[in-house]
Amino acid sequence: MRAYVEGIGLLGPGLPGWEQSRAVLTGEAAYVASPAVLTASPLLPPAERRRSVPTVKLAMAVGAEALAQAGRDAATVATVFTSSSGDPDTLHQILDSLASEERNISPTRFHNSVHNAPAGYWSIATRCREPSTSLSAHDESFQTGLLEAAAEVSSDGWTVTLIAYDLPYPEPLSKVRPIAGAFGMALVLTPRPTGRCLASLDIELSRGNEPVSRLVDTGLEALRTGNPTARSLPLLAALARVGAGGAPESVVLDLPPGGRVAIRVGAPCR
Amino acid sequence: MSIVSSLGAGQDATLDALLTGRGGLKPCRFETATLDTHIGEVAGVEDTRIPDELADFDCRNNRLAEMALHTDGFAAAVADARERYGADRIGVFLGTSTSGILSAELAFRERNPQTGALPAAFSFATTHSTGSLADFVRHRLGLTGPAFVVSSACATTSKVFANAARMIAAGLCDAAVVGGADSLCLTTLYGFHSLELVSPTPCRPFDADRCGVSLGEAAGFALLERAAAKPAPGTIHLLGAGESNDAHHMSTPHPEGLGARLAMERALASAGLRPADIDYVNLHGTATTYGDAAEDQAITGLLGTRIPVSSTKGYTGHTLGAAGIVEAIVSVLALRTGLLPGSPQTLTLDPALRSRYLQANEKGRLDRVMTNSFGFGGSNSSLIFGWAA
Repeated sequence: MRAYVEGIGLLGPGLPGWEQSRAVLTGEAAYVASPAVLTASPLLPPAERRRSVPTVKLAMAVGAEALAQAGRDAATVATVFTSSSGDPDTLHQILDSLASEERNISPTRFHNSVHNAPAGYWSIATRCREPSTSLSAHDESFQTGLLEAAAEVSSDGWTVTLIAYDLPYPEPLSKVRPIAGAFGMALVLTPRPTGRCLASLDIELSRGNEPVSRLVDTGLEALRTGNPTARSLPLLAALARVGAGGAPESVVLDLPPGGRVAIRVGAPCR
Repeated sequence: MSIVSSLGAGQDATLDALLTGRGGLKPCRFETATLDTHIGEVAGVEDTRIPDELADFDCRNNRLAEMALHTDGFAAAVADARERYGADRIGVFLGTSTSGILSAELAFRERNPQTGALPAAFSFATTHSTGSLADFVRHRLGLTGPAFVVSSACATTSKVFANAARMIAAGLCDAAVVGGADSLCLTTLYGFHSLELVSPTPCRPFDADRCGVSLGEAAGFALLERAAAKPAPGTIHLLGAGESNDAHHMSTPHPEGLGARLAMERALASAGLRPADIDYVNLHGTATTYGDAAEDQAITGLLGTRIPVSSTKGYTGHTLGAAGIVEAIVSVLALRTGLLPGSPQTLTLDPALRSRYLQANEKGRLDRVMTNSFGFGGSNSSLIFGWAA
């Protein structure tokens, strides 16, 4: 499946945005982990801004960054959201409340608990009525989200923003499901190259046992294995190197059982 | 395809309920809930056993899935398909809204009073985790193709048909198991209660006195395959799928049903059909005041006031993330039998609603049926099924 990258969004520990992180990803600058700062999107109406939970803030920040780079009106672009979980803070609060005598769940907390809450807020903020899907596949959430987005681009001919995000749970869920840091990323993918094309991607499902791509920096590698969405880091690093004039690269992402997502990252298309 | 709901296990039990007007809603006695409402609870979930080698997946949601996998010969049909295509060429694209969150609800009650730690027996990845349903079903059916869960609230098991069709079109698989399961839990019972959207009496879609939803649980599956050049007689095709967003509000539909209409328009466009080609619509119709009114506007605006429509949620309750597959199967059963299911729970049709809403069953030749599913976050999905041409 061929798709063209027109915009990239990134927000994670020590990775405060795509432009600011490129030097770290190419290895020119040292990686220094520091928590990602999440803020409610200015695109949202005041009520929804107030009600924004961390997943919504993270997803909207990376989605908006990618679309700004693509120079597209978000209202015209389909979306694929993917995450291993609904909003961790909200789920904790609901579970805590249901374990108490009162069992009071506020209406806002309940609607924020649905897995597609970021998709809902996004569509309200951007007035986007294009198709949107919200996926989850535990540690393979990013990989399957990428397959779905690529299928929409290649089969349906849509321009798609893939928005992936994962955040840590509060205790006690963090003990049974540890997730390292808040990490989100987004890609605007198009079926045909445009003047703003940053790279081409050829994405295939493989049954082989090619070695999975890893990162040289130990801090980034720990992030890759510690946060499901950070499984995208080898792809982001390849995009940074190819975008800086490097040769085409191959990236292999794990897709158990026995599968791989093989991605060929090509130079900006002409 | 297979179905398990409060109407019983299997297509025959479902059809029997629709033919005789036997509903599945009963006063709520679920777990420790103390809510004045009716629910569609599936009998026998507690007695269902997950095989030992998959014991980590044991939770109400996966038990419900297990029941449906072994109903209507579904697992055997998938085993046949696995022989034809290979285990790695069959995808698994399923929907759930709350997955096995009931297991986490129970675990939170048993937190260690000193340390706050969850009980050691609680297995997050295989129960509570949203993706656990697809992982369980893939293991249970011995499939290794691409797999994920779609969780777009109450539109989710309708949307998986579109995901699967795309994955097959893109060549990532040759066939797909679609559908899903959504089981009763305190999160949705108390959550919908907080929104004041729950009816104390069994829900009455499109009724002048409707006052909210009755919640239910269900599971269902369908095996979707690439269309054959010469389909066997009796084959049903997914003719079209349409998805949209309301871009309006998190928990209230667009008042004119704009997103709903857009999903139906896109389904028609993808099928290459006109509004007049649709013979029956199984509505989302949850029996909320605003939801039914918005869908009525969308239906009458696009399809007019002559096409028969009904909601079957008076029978099953709103099975949330499972509503899409339950009603897709009801729609296919309508095609196969010529039964247009009525809505006997609806006593007095709301005169403000203009759709041709069926209270009583009708019989007729059906060629193409549409089914709508809408959810929180303004997520809309519409499917069209018909006889293979």
